[in-house]
Amino acid sequence: MLEVYTSIANTGLFPYAWLMVVIPAAVAGLLLICGKVTNSFGHFIATLAPIASFTFAVIYFVELLGYPEMERAVNLDFYTWIAAGSWQIDIGMLIDPLSILFVLLITGVGSIIHIYSIGYMAHDPNRRRFFAYLNLFIAAMLILVLANNYLVLFIGWEGVGLASYLLISFWQERPSAAAAGKKAFVMNRVGDLGLLMAAFTMLAMFSSTSFADVHAGAPSLSVGWATFIGFMLLLAACGKSAQVPLQAWLLDAMEGPTPVSALIHAATMVTAGVYLVVRAGVIFEQAPAAQLAVAIVGTVTLLVGAWIGCSKDDIKKVLAGSTMSQIGYMMLAAGIGPAGYAFAIFHLLTHGFFKANMFLGAGSVMHGMNDDVNMRHYGALRKLMPITFITFGIGYLAIIGFPFFAGFYSKDHIIEAAFHAQPALGVLALIGAGVTAFYMTRLMIMTFTSSSRWRKEVHPHESPAVMWIPLVLLAIGSLIGGMVLNGWIGSWLSSIGAETPEHMTWLPEITVIGGITFAVVVLGAVLAWLVFGRKPVPDEAPEKVSIFTTIGRNDLFGDAVNDYLVVKPASLLSRGVALTDEKGIDPATEGTGWLVQAIGDKVRLIQNGYVRTYGLTLAIGVVLIGLALVLSRLV
Amino acid sequence: MNLIPMITGTDVAFWICAVLAILGGVGLVSFKKPVYSALCLALVMLSLAVIYASLGAPFLFAVQIIVYMGAVLMLFLFVIMLVGVEARDSLAETLKGHRVAVGLAAVGVLGLLTLAIMQGIVGSPIGSDGVNNAAGGNVQGLAGLIFSRYVIAFESTALLLITAAVAAMVLAHPERLTKKPSQPERAAQRLADFVESGKHPGPQPNSGVFARHNSIATPALLPDGSVAPGSVSGVIADRVTIASPEELWAPHDEMLASIEENSSESFEFESQEMIGTSTAMEELVEFIEIQDDEVPGTDEDAADTDEEEEEDA
Amino acid sequence: MTSMYAILAVILFTIGLIGFLIRRNALVIFMCVELMLNAANLLFVAFSSHYGILDGQMAAFFVMVVAAAEVVIGLSIIVMISRARRSTSVDDEILLKG
Repeated sequence: MLEVYTSIANTGLFPYAWLMVVIPAAVAGLLLICGKVTNSFGHFIATLAPIASFTFAVIYFVELLGYPEMERAVNLDFYTWIAAGSWQIDIGMLIDPLSILFVLLITGVGSIIHIYSIGYMAHDPNRRRFFAYLNLFIAAMLILVLANNYLVLFIGWEGVGLASYLLISFWQERPSAAAAGKKAFVMNRVGDLGLLMAAFTMLAMFSSTSFADVHAGAPSLSVGWATFIGFMLLLAACGKSAQVPLQAWLLDAMEGPTPVSALIHAATMVTAGVYLVVRAGVIFEQAPAAQLAVAIVGTVTLLVGAWIGCSKDDIKKVLAGSTMSQIGYMMLAAGIGPAGYAFAIFHLLTHGFFKANMFLGAGSVMHGMNDDVNMRHYGALRKLMPITFITFGIGYLAIIGFPFFAGFYSKDHIIEAAFHAQPALGVLALIGAGVTAFYMTRLMIMTFTSSSRWRKEVHPHESPAVMWIPLVLLAIGSLIGGMVLNGWIGSWLSSIGAETPEHMTWLPEITVIGGITFAVVVLGAVLAWLVFGRKPVPDEAPEKVSIFTTIGRNDLFGDAVNDYLVVKPASLLSRGVALTDEKGIDPATEGTGWLVQAIGDKVRLIQNGYVRTYGLTLAIGVVLIGLALVLSRLV
Repeated sequence: MNLIPMITGTDVAFWICAVLAILGGVGLVSFKKPVYSALCLALVMLSLAVIYASLGAPFLFAVQIIVYMGAVLMLFLFVIMLVGVEARDSLAETLKGHRVAVGLAAVGVLGLLTLAIMQGIVGSPIGSDGVNNAAGGNVQGLAGLIFSRYVIAFESTALLLITAAVAAMVLAHPERLTKKPSQPERAAQRLADFVESGKHPGPQPNSGVFARHNSIATPALLPDGSVAPGSVSGVIADRVTIASPEELWAPHDEMLASIEENSSESFEFESQEMIGTSTAMEELVEFIEIQDDEVPGTDEDAADTDEEEEEDA
Repeated sequence: MTSMYAILAVILFTIGLIGFLIRRNALVIFMCVELMLNAANLLFVAFSSHYGILDGQMAAFFVMVVAAAEVVIGLSIIVMISRARRSTSVDDEILLKG
């Protein structure tokens, strides 16, 4: 993946690319610093900021389209950040086909979610702060994807982590939200360590962290080091994208407001890991072991996420499990190698649409149900919330891969590519597709059809226009996104190293695997209908359930595993250290203190408070010094 | 070659003044009254001034007397007056072993200083006459030095003195913690007190400074012979022993007694002439008694009666 | 002969030191300090005469000026203390106790 930078960096609007980042960052700063003054209009300017960035992104996208395929990479260096010895790290941007797609997704979906949030957060006393954090997130995420070297990418990486923390624990008065934010922050740090280690290793190997230098030097890198960097990048990706084994935080992250779950924990931030793996593709090609690990992690996660999705009653947690699962697909695709990059990004984009769509739909449902998230309290909402139902239904069809909907194109490509690369992974991905259909059908049945099981005080109603218009926009994306992108994305991404088959058009090719996939999906959906659709859904979650459900309800005991593998040993170690401190170090220091105190008790008597005694001490001191001087002369 | 060493005026001055100075120093340390200590210090300074003069330093001689004795010592005396001239210090030592340790330290300092200073005496004395004459006199010589080599030090001392003067003013100025009450406020307060407690709103009675007493620590007496409250300022009452009423009556009683003894013969004659007056007196007393019944006798009433009686007499 | 002046100065200085250490009245202590300063002055003048240089007298002059300033401050502090404590004894209120 050798980037050929064009010389167009200083022409047109490209020198102003930094505005894309600065506008939302400045608005965030304004809202946070000016405080209550901006309460009345803060959300409007905060919504305008991502729209402005989106406008820039569209302009750059169009400009890039006008250049030859292999010259669509604009490198902009703004500032020398660190210059030490032979190292030079610049703060700069790289606008190429990969990053511009991300920018479009982030600012596009971000703008829609900002608009939605105006309605969703209308009654929250801290709406201004919420919008400030959202803009902070947009700015950080844009830094992440626009960075032209790994250290600047790390700034954005940490920035989105911070924004995610602030937004998950946005309702900080709830202990569960505060704890969830902390959990996400701490688990993300584990991944961040991986990214830092990778960046340090790159500095050691290439004396630079810029994409250009690293990717130019990667082919000559030894396999051992490449594998190390690859695994460290995978660790980073696992942390940010909630992949096994660092998946546990994403489910708790649903404590945040729903627009946050849609934007950060579904559409954009959690896909940063996929971006990282695709961006560092050259390194993974040098390290087959790391590449295989990426594919395996993706496959395991797609099954784990699907499993969790099947067993949860909380609508947001089902969607969170589904997000993990879908990102697992992307990681699987990214782990396949150049043949899968385009599919990974393709699925990432379509997923961004349909998952944001469904999360916002879930938010709309919750809005009508007094913020109840338990699907067992829903039911029969399709009549009362027609727009939410239709848009959610489009998202549903997109995610299960119903023909001609967005997910159909992207997911089928991944499954097919997996079969070509490694049949075992393909079979597992296929099973995952079936399970996806199963749990999404369950969600649809429990929420929109079946009989109503509303609580007494709940009066479901359709959400206001400011909330359903974004739903419609995203539903359109979910509907046609696949068709539009299918014939085009492969060639668009070819300049960053993606190898794509030639046969991609808007009309899907009928293949054996495609047929089997469709059959499996239908099977999953029908199975769900057989299980849940024919008899009334129990009002309370049944106690006697299969072992699989129990495991799924407990997030596959992810917390317990973390407890046994990390927390318990760590607390044992710290208890040992504490014991050493208590029995060994404390007596020593306290003994010293006691000794000093005992001496002090005696010496204290000299300080009797009489000035004359102090004067006498002075005189004696003078005499002694004089004697010492005299004696030193004599000796 | 002289068998008897030649004794100069300088030597004579030194021996006399040295003895006086040491005596003064010992006195300074051992007198119980600070005033005596100060006077002893004056003796030491005077002796040293004479020694300065004999050593060819007439300027310092003058400065020693004017500044040290004239200004510094007078300041000491003022402060002694301020804090109490009567006070006597106890010389008994309260700290155990202090005197012994002081003695040892003093011996040590004495020995070491002598040892050190003796190292500094090299060669035979030259005397100040040469340098004084070269400059055209001691004062001219010092002036030359002050305004050339020591000009910065000199100007610094000027700064130091100003600072010290300002600092002394700041230190001596008492801090007012509350706002000073204005005259209307005081008047209002007095009337409020009168309403509340019946305290007389007018001025306090004068002190009893009569011909026999020259101190404002003397209280005024009421007609019944008791002390008028408030006639002695509280500040004075705190500090000084106030004369007792008995002490104040004593001369008056004595005089009355002597008058009775001496004029027993002419008593009847005088009483004849004063009949009319005494009737008027009785009426007045009756009137006062009626008033007393109406207004239970306050000190002020009594004082008023006192004045009326005097007028009548 | 100069050694006699030196011995006189040392004796005066030591007397001052003793007074400084055993007297309790702050005023007397202050006077003892003055005595010690005077002893030093005497030494300055004596050596000035011994070596025939005027700088010693100069130094004595400066000592006097500084002593005057010091007395002004020191005495006003003593007045303040005696106002607050009704005493000039340095032993009365032990505030320096450790």
